[in-house]
Amino acid sequence: MMRESTASSVRKRRLWARWTIHLFPIPALIVYGMFVLYPIVAAMSYSFFEWKGMARGDFIGLQNFVTLFTTEPYGSMFWNAFKHNVLYFVVQMVVMNGLAFFLGFIIYQKIKGAAFFKAAFFLPRLLSVIVVGFLWKLILNPNFGTLNVILEKLGLETLQKAWLGDPGTALIAIILVNCWFGLGFGVLIFLAGFQGIPSELVEAAKLDGAKGFTLLCTIYLPLMVPSIMIMGILTFIQSFEAFELVYAMQGSMGEPYYSTDTLAVFFYRLAFGSSTASGATAIGLGSALATVLFLFILVCTTLFLRFANKKDVQM
Amino acid sequence: MKQGVIWVRPFYYLVVFTVATISLYPIVLMILSSFKKSVDIYKNPLGLPTSFSLDTYRTLLAKIPFTTYFLNSLFVSIVSVVLIVVVCSLASFYIARFKFSWNHALFFIFLLGMMIPIKLGIVPLFILMRDLGLMNSLWSLILMNTATGIPLSMLILTGFFKTMPYELEEAARIDGAGNLRVLWHVVLPLMRPALGTVVIINFIAAWNDFFFPLIFITEKMKRTIPVGMMSLFGEHSADWGSLFAGLTLASLPMILLFFIASKQFMEGLTAGAIK
Repeated sequence: MMRESTASSVRKRRLWARWTIHLFPIPALIVYGMFVLYPIVAAMSYSFFEWKGMARGDFIGLQNFVTLFTTEPYGSMFWNAFKHNVLYFVVQMVVMNGLAFFLGFIIYQKIKGAAFFKAAFFLPRLLSVIVVGFLWKLILNPNFGTLNVILEKLGLETLQKAWLGDPGTALIAIILVNCWFGLGFGVLIFLAGFQGIPSELVEAAKLDGAKGFTLLCTIYLPLMVPSIMIMGILTFIQSFEAFELVYAMQGSMGEPYYSTDTLAVFFYRLAFGSSTASGATAIGLGSALATVLFLFILVCTTLFLRFANKKDVQM
Repeated sequence: MKQGVIWVRPFYYLVVFTVATISLYPIVLMILSSFKKSVDIYKNPLGLPTSFSLDTYRTLLAKIPFTTYFLNSLFVSIVSVVLIVVVCSLASFYIARFKFSWNHALFFIFLLGMMIPIKLGIVPLFILMRDLGLMNSLWSLILMNTATGIPLSMLILTGFFKTMPYELEEAARIDGAGNLRVLWHVVLPLMRPALGTVVIINFIAAWNDFFFPLIFITEKMKRTIPVGMMSLFGEHSADWGSLFAGLTLASLPMILLFFIASKQFMEGLTAGAIK
């Protein structure tokens, strides 16, 4: 008798377990669905409507998109900001990731103090982007900022500049600050990539007489493609989302004269600033911009991943 | 083979020293300058402080309610991290351990979040938070941190769950333990390394977040540290000493934690990207 009832209660409990397990993903799905998936879908749907302040008006099809691209000043602002995002990506890929790759390679050679250097490169990544922005704003200040003082001490007075006040240097200064911020993360990713290379492959190549540059090109570079792809995608997404640093250093107008504007800053102006002539269409236009940018990032990233997978298969 | 070796090593050291200096210099400058008087910063921006003075900190704390900002940040970060750990443990346990046909799709949906630039959904989010009555509530930030932290945390936890043997779990089930008990008493204790990673990644992100508090919080006493610092810059832009002190105070908790557990921090933040 006793045994039978225990057995049936165990069976019951098992049935219960099988049923309740389906409740497990629900809390995550609710939070994620409400605050990540819904807003993106909603932003896309908003772009097809007319907006009066925060109130939704009539369905107007693609009118917001047409306005965004063909009406001034939006059209030129869009392409202006888009070019800046592209530059953001290119400079970060070349300067930040290039340097990170090389630094990762150096640390991989088991230099002394590797742990210290890794920590030193990484430390900036722990600061809030806002702190990074303000800190560099102080360093780059034309009157008392230490960069100009250092240049003077080095006898390079001719290079002194109002870095952030000059439309010619402001954007590149911001992008380089971003490189300063993200460098250490790249170093760690590339270092992990190098460490994941089977040592037999390198040894075999060395026995075949490969060294230096040849070794780098024929062995390391192809095997590092996955790490390079990862950093490429992350840098791409981050470049096209760039907002905080520009906002902290140059405000919501991308000063001076929109020379540091990015699509996300432009979007912020449309959605929350009063940069539209009437102020009435702001949310519709902002949503149209969000939709374009979202689809652009998604399509590029997906194509990139496809391409990356194909590459892997070939190797 | 031997040629080149003579100059390569010194060259490597030269490079890493230079880059380390550039990485650390602004942070050291920030901390040192915070102990200077504003006059000294103007007169001698590069020099060490002539005398260590805490005046800047006193002025700063008199000007802004830093303690409130700090407690707000702490509350938001801790609650967000706890929520992420709870909801992601449950969901990733489900996805990794039980074979249902929709698991793959579910996992994909969660991962999609890593490619979604959520800032672009800020207008609907603004309206949503307003309708939920969460404007100027720290809960708006907690919910955002939790939601945006889910994709990467799911990736890490699910990957880790998959590497774990089933035997222990089975044993517990035969003893009559339910799902929650299995997860809580058997599985999670073995997951400590992965959970540590999830905690660190999300704590850094929540602590430093700027965008969502900028939009959702307008009330002064509800600000978190990054937005509090932002306002400081606008209001007192002439007082450099206070500014450096503010930046230092905003960064110090993370820097101190990093000194205690730098390895975990570095492994934690990169764990999501390397699989």
